[in-house]
Amino acid sequence: MSTAVAEEVKEEVKKEPLFSKKNKKLITDPLDDSNPITVQVLGICSALAITVQVKQAVVMSLSVLVVLIGSTFITSVLRNMIPSRVRIIVQLVIVAAMVILVDQVLKAFVYDVSKQLSVFVGLIITNCIIMGRIEAFSLANKPWPSFLDAVGNAAGYGLILIVVAFFRELLGSGKLWGFQLIPQSFYDMGYSNNGLMILPPMALIVVGVYIWVQRSKNTKLIEA
Amino acid sequence: MDINSNKYTFIFSTVMVVVVGSLLAIAAVGLKPFQAENVKREKMQNILSSVGITVSAEEASDKFNQYITDQIIINGNGEVKETEIKAFDVDVLKDYKSGMSNIYSANKDDEAAMRKELMSFGKDGANFPLFVYSGDDGSKKYIVPMVGKGLWGPIWGYIAINSDGNTVAGATFDHKTETPGLGAEIKENWFSAPFVGKTLFDENGNYVSVSVVKGGAPEGDMHGVDAISGGTITSNGVSEMVYRTLKIYEPYFKSLNKSEVKVEEPEVEMPVSDSLPADSLPVDTLNNQI
Repeated sequence: MSTAVAEEVKEEVKKEPLFSKKNKKLITDPLDDSNPITVQVLGICSALAITVQVKQAVVMSLSVLVVLIGSTFITSVLRNMIPSRVRIIVQLVIVAAMVILVDQVLKAFVYDVSKQLSVFVGLIITNCIIMGRIEAFSLANKPWPSFLDAVGNAAGYGLILIVVAFFRELLGSGKLWGFQLIPQSFYDMGYSNNGLMILPPMALIVVGVYIWVQRSKNTKLIEA
Repeated sequence: MDINSNKYTFIFSTVMVVVVGSLLAIAAVGLKPFQAENVKREKMQNILSSVGITVSAEEASDKFNQYITDQIIINGNGEVKETEIKAFDVDVLKDYKSGMSNIYSANKDDEAAMRKELMSFGKDGANFPLFVYSGDDGSKKYIVPMVGKGLWGPIWGYIAINSDGNTVAGATFDHKTETPGLGAEIKENWFSAPFVGKTLFDENGNYVSVSVVKGGAPEGDMHGVDAISGGTITSNGVSEMVYRTLKIYEPYFKSLNKSEVKVEEPEVEMPVSDSLPADSLPVDTLNNQI
């Protein structure tokens, strides 16, 4: 009996735990050290376009999360079946199908948000993060690490989106999640919303400030 | 099997396309009713908001049927048209895109020619929808859908006219892709609220419409509202849209005006509502109900 237990333990040790150090790193790395937006500079276009309001940014992040998880998982499962000559086309088809599904579901169940995101849901297809992660990671890895990598990268993307949207909505329209946060008395005293924050260039500047702050804290990101 | 052989690649691609294609087709067909319902509800919400009634998407259908008591189709001559088509089902944006905008731009200065062309538009002439709102106090308002051009894409809106056929009771505007913070501001209440109380006709009964005035409308201007600084093209688009659309309905509103003078029914209620803003009555009663 004791041998059976010992064997079980052995079995357990041999199998890599679901959240091993390596796997955890897949999630935490993209949040800071290899953030898709601020370090790899991928997916910038949508980060500039839909960060006017926090709500849009959250829905966009969730959409990217769903698309990224779905498409990396599928490619990872099929990775030994995809002919390498047509792999980019296969990836595109999978991503496009996922994006259309997300778009249709948004239109059916959260209509007002889907209207605000308008073309940017469709443009998830062209988001470099997704093709990048499929090509660089999930084509060569098992489904579980691919899943974690997708979650990590989507979270890293979403983190930046939400931080940028927080400042743009607060300073640009005095609101958060659509609710007026800056009281009327401030406006009466002469405070006024910064209209520049609403325009795309300001998103670039906010991202720039984020990169600045991030690199001053995380010195290994500073290139010599 | 060699996954890099031509045969395998072909088979793989074919299977993939069939699987993905059917999956998307199923999703599109399955979700279609929900999406169509959302579009319908939004249209109802927009129509109601032009008379100052804000409803959630869930109750839009009920409130719409309660308040919008009649739907009329107006023809190119501005007369009531006898037709099977319901005003709610007329897609003004589609009509505008599929040729009506050309009629407008080709006949800018010739009203008679424009009306003639509109009468022969499509199968049996152009359809211009009109929604009749009946408030709890018996007051009537006429809601007109509008479409026009902004800077980047289409703009549209609804304008409600009081039963005198002259005074604006409310307006809402929306857009597809105008610049946030500039042209997109036409959506906001500060832009549409000043339309209330403006008049379409001057003292002599000539049609002047309500236009958006760059640099701000002077105090007491009965036909102008403030434009958006930095959103000139969108503002001009709104002016053009309001002017052109209501021009078509002009004969109908004039006929309303005449019958109104004879009956003179709203005079009795005027002193009561005088102290209140024009659109506050239905909202008040709505709140009381809730």
